[in-house]
Amino acid sequence: MIDKNQKIIDKNLDQKYKYGFTTNVEQIKFEPGLDEEVIKKLSKIKNEPKWLLNWRLKAYKNWKKMKEPTWANIHYEPIDYQALSYYAAPKVKSRKSLDEVDPEILDTYNKLGISLDEQKKLEGVAVDAVFDSVSITTTFKDELAKHGVLFCSFSEAVIEYPDLVKKYLGSVIPYTDNYFAALNSAVFSDGSFVYIPKNVKCPLELSTYFRINASNTGQFERTLIIADEGSEVSYLEGCTAPMRDENQLHAACVELIAHENATIKYSTIQNWYAGNKDGKGGIYNFVTKRGKCAGDRSKISWTQVETGSAITWKYPSVIMQGDDSIGEFYSVAVTKNKQQADTGTKMIHIGKNTKSTIISKGISAGEGQNTYRGGVKILKNAENARNFSQCDSILIGDKCGAHTFPYIDVKNQTAKMEHEASTSSIGEDQLFYCNQRGINLDDAVSMIVNGFCKEVFEELPMEFAVEAKQLIEVTLENSVG
Amino acid sequence: MIKIKKLKVSVEEKDILKGINLEIPKGEVHAIMGRNGSGKSTLANALAGNEKFEVKSGSIYMNDVDITEMSAENRALSGIFVCFQYPVAIPGVSMAYFLRAAINAHFEHQGKEEMDAVEFLNKSKKILSELNLDDSFLKRSINDGFSGGEKKKSEILQLLSLNPKFAILDETDSGLDIDALKTVADGVNKFNSKDNSTLIITHYERLLEYIKPDVVHVMIDGKIKKSGDMSLAQEVEKKGYSWLLK
Repeated sequence: MIDKNQKIIDKNLDQKYKYGFTTNVEQIKFEPGLDEEVIKKLSKIKNEPKWLLNWRLKAYKNWKKMKEPTWANIHYEPIDYQALSYYAAPKVKSRKSLDEVDPEILDTYNKLGISLDEQKKLEGVAVDAVFDSVSITTTFKDELAKHGVLFCSFSEAVIEYPDLVKKYLGSVIPYTDNYFAALNSAVFSDGSFVYIPKNVKCPLELSTYFRINASNTGQFERTLIIADEGSEVSYLEGCTAPMRDENQLHAACVELIAHENATIKYSTIQNWYAGNKDGKGGIYNFVTKRGKCAGDRSKISWTQVETGSAITWKYPSVIMQGDDSIGEFYSVAVTKNKQQADTGTKMIHIGKNTKSTIISKGISAGEGQNTYRGGVKILKNAENARNFSQCDSILIGDKCGAHTFPYIDVKNQTAKMEHEASTSSIGEDQLFYCNQRGINLDDAVSMIVNGFCKEVFEELPMEFAVEAKQLIEVTLENSVG
Repeated sequence: MIKIKKLKVSVEEKDILKGINLEIPKGEVHAIMGRNGSGKSTLANALAGNEKFEVKSGSIYMNDVDITEMSAENRALSGIFVCFQYPVAIPGVSMAYFLRAAINAHFEHQGKEEMDAVEFLNKSKKILSELNLDDSFLKRSINDGFSGGEKKKSEILQLLSLNPKFAILDETDSGLDIDALKTVADGVNKFNSKDNSTLIITHYERLLEYIKPDVVHVMIDGKIKKSGDMSLAQEVEKKGYSWLLK
C-alpha cells in the first residue's frame, strides 16, 4: 500500500495554488542592485528624516561585514543580492482615498478575499494592505483613532509619529542582530505600525495583508507594535504571492513591545507561493520576529500557520524581561513537494516567575523537510522560571523528513523545564479506520491533520481558525492515495 | 447476504487463511470461534478490505456482487461494518465530528441530504444513554485515552448510528466486565434484525450467551473445521479446541 500511496502522492502533490495570479499595474521599480545610493534614493522617495537614513546606512555597512548564516537545515542556491530590485510600487497619486487606488489592485485584494472597502468589511477586522514595497490603504483608521489606537503604514508612522518610531525601532531587533535583520534594516520599504495607548483594549482585530506582485523584487517589510501599559491587541498577518519560476526573497522584521500588564497576540497565516513540485520558484522567507515583554505581567503570544514558501527560516521569539511575564509560541508548519522549513522559537527568561509555552506541530508530505529549532534560555536572575515545550511531527509518505533541535540553557536552578516530543507517520491504521467508516482518503487525511493541529488552531482568532483549517485541507488534498 | 468462496489470505507473505467457505444469509447471526492465531481477525480485516491483508485467491460476494477487489471505503458504503478489537485513536478529532462525517459519507453515497446537527445530536444522545455513556462522550477525541470498555462502546455507538447491512464483531467481548458485556450485547441485539446479518468473532462462548447465534463455526489454522448450532459453542467451552484438531 505504501508504494501505491507514494505514486499517488507524487502524482498529486503538485496542487494548484489559488493565489498565484499576477496583477498588471503600472509601477515604479528600482533597477536591480544594492549600494548606498539605492538606500538614499529609497529614503528620499519616502521623505524620511535624516536619522532614519543614517540608521539605514549604518545597518547597510554592518550587513556588508556579515555572512549569510549557514547553520539552518535548509539548502538553496546562493542569493545574488545585486540581482534584486529593492523597491517596487504601483503608481498611485495619493493613498488618502480608495477611489484613487488602481482598480486592478482593489480587484487583487478582492480575489484574495480581503475587502478594502469598509462597507464590506470583514466583521471586526481593520486591514493594512501592503502591495510589494508600499502600503496601499489602511481601513478603519478613524474608528480606531477614537480609541487612541494608531494603526497605519510604517512609512506614514515615520512622518506622523517620529518620536515613537525613533524610540522603538531596533529596540528589540537591533540591526546588528543577524544577516537578514541587518539587510531589512537597510532597505525595508513599508509595513505596519501599531500603537495601543494605556489601558485600551483594541476594539478591532488588526491585520496586515502582504502581497508580493512584482517580479525579481525583494519584499522587506518592517512591523512595529507597541502595547502601552495595561493595553491589549490581537494582530494578524497574511501573505501570498504570484507563481513565478524565479525565487523571490522576503526578509521581514517584526518587533513587538509589551509594557506592564499589556498583552499582544500576533497570528500569522503564511501562504507565500511555495514553488512547483520540482522545487522551481517560490518565496525564500527569511524573517526575524521578536517580542519584548518589557513590563511586569506582560504577555506576548505568537501563533503561526506556515504553509507556503520554498524556504522558511523563522523563529518568533519572546524576551521575558518583566517579572511574571509570559511568552507563548504556537506553530503549525507544513512542508510538501520540495519545501523546506526551519522554524521554531527562542524563549529568553530574564524576569522572575516568567513562564513560556511552546507548542510546535510539523507536518511533512512529499519530499518536504521540516525542522523545529527551539531555544529556551533561563538567565541567572530568572527565579522560578517555567517552560513547557511540546514538539510533534507527522509524516505523510516516506520521502519527507522531520527534524527537531531543542536547545536548553539554564542558569538558575529554580527553573522548571518540561519537554515532550513525538514523531509519527500518518497511520495506515488511522486511514483504514476512517475508510472502514466510509470516509474517503482526502477527508481522512485532513481530519487527522486538523486533529493533530487542534491545540494551535484553537489559539487563532475565530475567523482565521476557519481559514487555517481550510488552507491545510487544500494544501494536503490528494497527498495520500 | 455474504458468501465467501475458497478464500486464501496472506499477511506479509505468510498464509493465514487457507481456503474459507462461508455463507451468512440475511437475518442470521453467525459466530466464529477459534484460538489465538487461527485467522479470525484476518478474516474480519479481509472482509473489510484492509490492504495489508492480501487476498491470494478466492472471492467474497455481498448480495451476489463480487466485492473481492472493492476498496475499504466502498465496502463500508455498501454496508459492511467492523467493530474493531483495537480501534485506533485519532487525537484531536472529536467523536461527534468523526461520527457525523461517517454518517454523512453514507448519506451522500445513498443520495440523501446531510444529517443536520440537531438531528445528529438527538439521535446520538439516545444511543449514548442506551450504552450508559454520558453526552460528553461526543466531545472526546476518538479512542484517545478511552478505557477498554469505552472503546468497545464507541464501536457499538458507531454500529447503531451507521446501521450497516453486515456487521463483523471482532473480539468485542475482550476486556469487558460483566456489566459492560451486557450493555454491549444489548446494543448488538438492538441492531440485529431480519434485514441484516452479523458475524461474531470470539474466543469464548460467554458473549454468545447474550447474543444467540444461529450458526457457530470453529476455525482452526485458517480453515473452518466444524460448524453447528449453539451446542457446538458450549462443547468448545467445555472441552477446548484440541479435540477438534484430530
